[in-house]
Amino acid sequence: MLDVRNLEVVYDDVMLVLRGVSLTVPRGSIVALLGANGAGKTTLLRALSGLLDVHDGEITKGSITFDGEPIHHLKPAEIVKRGVSQVMEGRRILAELTVEENLRVGGHTAPKDLAANLERVYGLFPVLKRRSKSVAGYLSGGEQQMLAVGRALMAGPKCLLLDEPSLGLAPAMVAQIRDLIVEINKQGTTVLLVEQNATMALAIAGHGYVMETGKIVMDKPAAELLADEDIKEFYLGLGAEGAARSFREVKHYKRRKRWLS
Amino acid sequence: MKGLLETLVRGLGNGSVYALLALGFVIIYKATRVISFAQPALMLAGAVAVSYLVEVTGFWLAVPLAALMIALLALGIERVCIRPMVGRPVFVVAIITLGVDVVVRVVVNAFIGRDVRQMGDPWGFDQVSLGPLVVQQRWLAMFGVTAVLVALLFAFFRYTRYGLAMRAAAYDQETALAQGVSVGAVFAMSWALAGFLAAIAGMFVGTGQGVEQTSWIIALKALPAIILGGLDSLGGAVVGGLTIGIVESLFQSYQGEYAPWLGQNFAVVSPYVVMLLVLLVRPYGLFGTREVERV
Ligand SMILES: Nc1ncnc2c1ncn2[C@@H]1O[C@H](COP(=O)(O)OP(=O)(O)OP(=O)(O)O)[C@@H](O)[C@H]1O
Ligand SMILES: [Mg+2]
Repeated sequence: MLDVRNLEVVYDDVMLVLRGVSLTVPRGSIVALLGANGAGKTTLLRALSGLLDVHDGEITKGSITFDGEPIHHLKPAEIVKRGVSQVMEGRRILAELTVEENLRVGGHTAPKDLAANLERVYGLFPVLKRRSKSVAGYLSGGEQQMLAVGRALMAGPKCLLLDEPSLGLAPAMVAQIRDLIVEINKQGTTVLLVEQNATMALAIAGHGYVMETGKIVMDKPAAELLADEDIKEFYLGLGAEGAARSFREVKHYKRRKRWLS
Repeated sequence: MKGLLETLVRGLGNGSVYALLALGFVIIYKATRVISFAQPALMLAGAVAVSYLVEVTGFWLAVPLAALMIALLALGIERVCIRPMVGRPVFVVAIITLGVDVVVRVVVNAFIGRDVRQMGDPWGFDQVSLGPLVVQQRWLAMFGVTAVLVALLFAFFRYTRYGLAMRAAAYDQETALAQGVSVGAVFAMSWALAGFLAAIAGMFVGTGQGVEQTSWIIALKALPAIILGGLDSLGGAVVGGLTIGIVESLFQSYQGEYAPWLGQNFAVVSPYVVMLLVLLVRPYGLFGTREVERV
């Protein structure tokens, strides 16, 4: 239902970040998109949601179609109305608003279904119902991630884009989020799951893509990816040498991020 | 004691007008991160619109009509002058609002001429007894109408779909966009609301004494109000406005007696003195966010 063809994205008119990405998310599936830091996963999701403008990014080639219709020139609001919602990296909770207010903002494009969607989200996340009047900034990390997912569901999306929902969460919480993604998918929502936690993503996905410096370098059923030696080494951290290397890289990257900010 | 209470009522009355103007500044600032210096012109335009409409429709219809007219005017200004500048440095956009202010006032001045235009309001300088106090009716009207408008405004931001969308966009524009909020619509609504409030403020500025070309200066007192309350706090704008009104009124009543060495009419500059003091001690205001610049 979601089709990306030869997508090229450029930031600031000069930085070519996606170099001809093609990917398909069939209706009803969970598709995993893996890749190291800086591969361009978030950029792809921004392109899908129409949020590149905010970052001075631009689609310079290729197309995105949803249910057969091109959506790459639409504004974010229109894309949400068509049925594509994104949970952005880092949760992006509206910390000053209450939990319920966050959810109502999520339902901005579907005011008629507000009550039904609210009930559905509270059914999926009972903890959000209990804390509906709390200020969202006071929720724990895991609860904030649930709020972020719940907020996206308030628009009643046909396709949900998740950007690293397991980031920074304890293992038990990661498992809980994983099960919720499966449940949401069972209820009929197609899912594109961007993750660095490959074990978690491939455990629930039907199909997986691996991205490296703006290109899709591998594209296989999730079970095959899980068994793939390279994947094991670089993304599951199972190869002895690979684990050490990627760990160092991650640390280095984080340090650099701190200097730059 | 009686004198002090009467002074406070006058302060609350005038302070309400500053609060309405300050709310406009804050609403636009929260939505767009720009301080709009076009508020004085919108205020003046509102007063002048009332002064003309009142002859046709009567006072009570003239006020909402004028406020709607000015809201539309503000909407137009946002669309034509501000929207194309989105993404430019905030400083540049603020300068543009200054230009808009001058242009609008030049046009409005043509409708004022050398006259003092009257609002045709039912209050004038009439007084009313509140128990032992004798106060001007217009102070009570200013305070009462502002209280109702502020309550409506807070309900709007709290309970309505667009009010929540505006708060979301004020907090994190990209997140609001990702939820399908149109940030353009948020910009437009912020200007329309600010225009509406400025027009009501203008009408009150004109009650009793009427408006003339120089009346726009009164709108500048909203600046000390927002500095005091914090640029990004609606509640702060209300408290700041009322406080500035009361301070000014206190100086009007008592400075001649207790501090004559400050010279005549110190009350006129007292709001700005308060502003300077606040800037020295708490530059982000009493209720503002400490770090107003968010990335
Ligand atoms: N706004 C921007 N302007 C310029 N370059 C950007 C911008 N955002 C991202 N980039 C660059 O684009 C590349 C891809 O970034 P992106 O955030 O899409 O990667 P990612 O796969 O999501 O990484 P991560 O796992 O760290 O989230 C990186 O090299 C990054 O530095
Ligand atoms: Mg990312």
